[in-house]
Amino acid sequence: MTRVGFTRLFIILLAVGLLELLCRLGVIPSFTLIPPSAMAQSLWTILASGKFTPDIVTTLTNVGIAIATAMIAGIALGTLLQSWPAARRVLDPLFATYYAVPMYAFYPLLIVIFGLGDLPQVAIGFLLAVMAVIINTLNGLDRVPPVLLKAARVHRLGPLAAALRVRLPYAAPYVFTGFKLAVAYSFIGVIGAEFITSSRGIGYEISFAYNNFDNGVMYAMILFILLLVITVNMTLHVWEKRLLARRRRA
Amino acid sequence: MTSHVALRGVSRIYPGKPEVHALGPIDLELARGEFFAVVGPSGCGKSTLLDVIAGLASPSTGEVTFESKRVKGEVPPGIGVVFQEDASFPWLTVHDNIAFGLREAGAAEGEVAAQVGYAIEFMGLKEFARAYPAQLSGGMRQRVCIARTLVLKPRLILLDEPFGALDQQTRLLMGDELLRLWRETGATILLITHALDEATMLADRVGVMSARPGRFLDIISTAWPRERDSTIVSSESFGRLTSRIWTLLRGESIRALGRA
Repeated sequence: MTRVGFTRLFIILLAVGLLELLCRLGVIPSFTLIPPSAMAQSLWTILASGKFTPDIVTTLTNVGIAIATAMIAGIALGTLLQSWPAARRVLDPLFATYYAVPMYAFYPLLIVIFGLGDLPQVAIGFLLAVMAVIINTLNGLDRVPPVLLKAARVHRLGPLAAALRVRLPYAAPYVFTGFKLAVAYSFIGVIGAEFITSSRGIGYEISFAYNNFDNGVMYAMILFILLLVITVNMTLHVWEKRLLARRRRA
Repeated sequence: MTSHVALRGVSRIYPGKPEVHALGPIDLELARGEFFAVVGPSGCGKSTLLDVIAGLASPSTGEVTFESKRVKGEVPPGIGVVFQEDASFPWLTVHDNIAFGLREAGAAEGEVAAQVGYAIEFMGLKEFARAYPAQLSGGMRQRVCIARTLVLKPRLILLDEPFGALDQQTRLLMGDELLRLWRETGATILLITHALDEATMLADRVGVMSARPGRFLDIISTAWPRERDSTIVSSESFGRLTSRIWTLLRGESIRALGRA
């Protein structure tokens, strides 16, 4: 482990240790926060019992669908807009203000459209994620050197083949940034939406536990989300580093 | 002389206010298997000329024919282009870069392996077959681009200042390699360069262009034997030819400089 990594781990352990101490000494009352060791123990018990496995599977499936659809739609729309400057000029101001729109405000509308199942949650995740993919795809495609576009023409590639074989591969690091954001936004969108009216999923279980003063379950599920998101992000970070290492000058 | 490439009254004008008359009108004929170099002052339209011949840009007037067929709107099969800028694909290894065109053309993997293997060996890239362009020097990346062009066995190779970023020694050695390739493939080569010595050393004929709008002031025949290499730079006729080209070019270069 590097020195920076060691320092980071030390700070985290110190913070967790301090929290444990404050909880055990009663400085932080147990109805506000339970000690981290109790959270971990509760999480272990929950996972071992399999009680919340259907909720975890539901949330991860919905997040997965939101990410996949946002990636497909975002890359396709980004590629289309990059080759259609007039449409881009019209839409650019809307892109700039997109994240100022509180997406959860559309939740009633989404329920009317999609019903009370999982689709409204997926839709919120998708809506939050797709713009990040579009913007980063456009950003990457804007940076493709003209000489590579010429090389594509010399190889007699049509517009679609040039997009798939030259433009998007070149833009891959930027698209990957969009993917990372899409993962984060999908988690936020889906779990946040589960809090509101869903009847299953991790967000719903946290909300249910909160309303029933069940701190053991609530903090265990919060810890689960934290560990899950950190693991996913670290994996993506390592993957991104490998991808970029190939392109970096030696 | 069989005309392999012919330009008749070709000009290129960029619309706008004011419109920019970049090139021509130009008339030129290249014989099959000829090595033709184009020199001219900066901004005289050399690269535009290459784009028009390749089909990457349409002429505003006149027409270009390659193997008696009009070049219009797209790059015809049989033409390969090596650009001045690094055109290697950074996400592909050296091997896959060179194989790119063959795979796009639908060649069988066995054929791809054989052709690419030969090209890698030929261009001295064997140790780097699995490396990515980012791990190579500028000269090696340019060799990858040349190899990627050559494996497609183009009958016309257009080179736009391919050695522009290289030092003098490497340029001379790359020039030797280019002559070897030219002899072995029998392709027609059109080389755009700003280096007079490079043009004189490599070409059968050197076209000297005027300042913008670029036209041929003269086309000078070098009369070198087909079997030649960079050692000719020390010959008396090399100096005489280079001097003749510079005499033609000097005034135009001053004009171009004044305009810039």
